[in-house]
Amino acid sequence: MGDLWSGLTQAFWLVVTLDSELVEIALRSLQVTLGALVVASAIAMPMAAFLAVKRFRFRRPVIALLNALMGLPPVVVGLVVYVVLSRSGPLGALGLLFTPTAMVIAQVIIIVPLIASIAHQSIRDLWQEYHDLLISMNVSQRQKMQTLIWDARRALLTAALAGFGRAIGEVGAIMIVGGNIDHATRVLTTAIALETGKGDFALALALGFVLIGLAITVNLGIHWLGRTEREGRW
Amino acid sequence: MTQMFPVTLSGATARRQGQTLVGPVDLTLDGGGTCVVIGPNGSGKTTLLRLLHGAARLSTGRIDWACDTELAHRAQAFVFQSPVMLRRTVEENLAYPLRIKGEPKKAAHAKARDWAARVGLAGLLNRPAPVLSGGEQQKLALGRALISSPELLFLDEPCAALDGRSMRDIETILTEAKAQGTKLILSTHDMGQARRLADTVVFLLRGKVHEVADAKQFFDEPETAQAKAFLKGDIVE
Ligand SMILES: Nc1ncnc2c1ncn2[C@@H]1O[C@H](COP(=O)(O)OP(=O)(O)OP(=O)(O)O)[C@@H](O)[C@H]1O
Ligand SMILES: [Mg+2]
Repeated sequence: MGDLWSGLTQAFWLVVTLDSELVEIALRSLQVTLGALVVASAIAMPMAAFLAVKRFRFRRPVIALLNALMGLPPVVVGLVVYVVLSRSGPLGALGLLFTPTAMVIAQVIIIVPLIASIAHQSIRDLWQEYHDLLISMNVSQRQKMQTLIWDARRALLTAALAGFGRAIGEVGAIMIVGGNIDHATRVLTTAIALETGKGDFALALALGFVLIGLAITVNLGIHWLGRTEREGRW
Repeated sequence: MTQMFPVTLSGATARRQGQTLVGPVDLTLDGGGTCVVIGPNGSGKTTLLRLLHGAARLSTGRIDWACDTELAHRAQAFVFQSPVMLRRTVEENLAYPLRIKGEPKKAAHAKARDWAARVGLAGLLNRPAPVLSGGEQQKLALGRALISSPELLFLDEPCAALDGRSMRDIETILTEAKAQGTKLILSTHDMGQARRLADTVVFLLRGKVHEVADAKQFFDEPETAQAKAFLKGDIVE
C-alpha cells in the first residue's frame, strides 16, 4: 500500500515537472503510433473502399481474412517482422531492426486489418445507399472510391481511432522489433514493462498516466475535429 | 446529340429468384415527347424504367437503342423513387455530376447555385442534403439530374408524397426541360399528373404491357376494360 502511495506521489511530480526522460518517451510513443496510423490509414481506407465497390472472385475470402487478421497476436507479428528485418533476413540489408521504423512497420501490420475491417463496414453501408445513383451517373471505379471515402469520413475517423487505440497500447511486437533501447526505441508501453520489472513503480505509474492521458487527448482531439467540421447530422 | 430514339424492346424480361418481374415486353418508344408509365403497385414500373436505363439486369430479350447502348445510357439521367442524397450540402450535391465529368470546381458550383435557384432551393445551398424534407429532396434530385443536360430523363414517381404546390413546381421544371428538348419517361400514380404530362401512355399490369397509346386516346377511350377500371380508380388485378 505504501509502495503504491509513494509511487503515485512521485509519479505525479514526474508528470507535473515534465521530467525530460518521461517527455522524450512520450513523444516517441506518439511519433511511432501516429506514423503507423497515417501509413495504415493510407493503406486501409482505399482497401476498404475497393472491397466495397469491386466485385472480384476472391472478395469474400479476402474480407474474411481481413476480419481474421484483426485477431493476429501482436507478438507473432513482432516475431515475423523481426525475422524479416534481422541481419540474415530478406530485408536485413536495410538495417531497420531496432529502429522506430521497424516499430512503425510492426504496428502498421497490426492495425491495417482492424482499420480496414471497420472502415469496410461503413463504406459498404454507404455504397448500398449510393449504389444506384453512382451507377446511373456512370461514375468511374476510382471516383466511386473517392466519393465513398470522403462521404464516410466521420465513420472512417472512428476506424482510425480504433487503430490508434490498438497501436498506442501495444507492447509485445514493438518490444521485439524495437528492442526497448534507451533514447532510441523506448516508448511508453515498453518502458512501463521495463520499470515494472525493475520495481520502479513510480516511473512506471507516471508513464502509465501519460499513456492514458495521451490516448484520451488524441481521442478527444479527433472527435472534436469530426464534430467541428460541420454541425449537420447525416 | 446521340439520337438514341427509337428504342425497341423485344421480349425484354427481368426474372429474379425464378419469378418474372417484368416481361416479356415488346414495345417501341419513338421518344416523341413524354412517355408516362402507369399501373398498380408492383406492376413493374420501376423495373421497366431501370431496365431501360441499364440499372437493372435483363434476363432475356433485348433492348435496342438507335445508338450504342453505352452511349445512350450515358446521355440519360435517373431520378429514383426514393432519391439518393449524397452526404454533402445541397450545393455540393448539385455540383457532383459536373465534378465527376471533370468540370472545374468554380464553374460547377456556379451552375449548381443557378440550378438550386431553378428548383427552388436557393435558400438551402449549405444545408446537408440528407436533412432536407421529402419534397426538397425530390427537387434536389431533379436538379441534380437535369444539371448535366441529359437527353433523356427517367423519373420514378417524382411526385409521390408531395403536396400540390411542390408537385406544380416540379411539373413546371419538367415542362421547361421538355421545351429544351429533354425527353422524359416517368412513372406516376397520379392520373392528373399523367394527363398533364403524357404524350404517350404505357399501362402496365402484372409485369406486362397491357396497353400503349397516345395520351389523348388513352384517357378518352382506353381500349381494355382493365385500363378503364384503373382510370376510374377501381382496383385492378
Ligand atoms: N430485386 C428484386 N428481387 C425480387 N423481386 C423484385 C426485385 N425488384 C422488384 N421485385 C418485385 O418485382 C415487382 C415489380 O416491382 P416494381 O418496383 O417494378 O413495381 P412498381 O410498379 O414500381 O411498384 P410501385 O408502384 O409500388 O413502385 C414487385 O412485385 C417487386 O416485389
Ligand atoms: Mg416503383
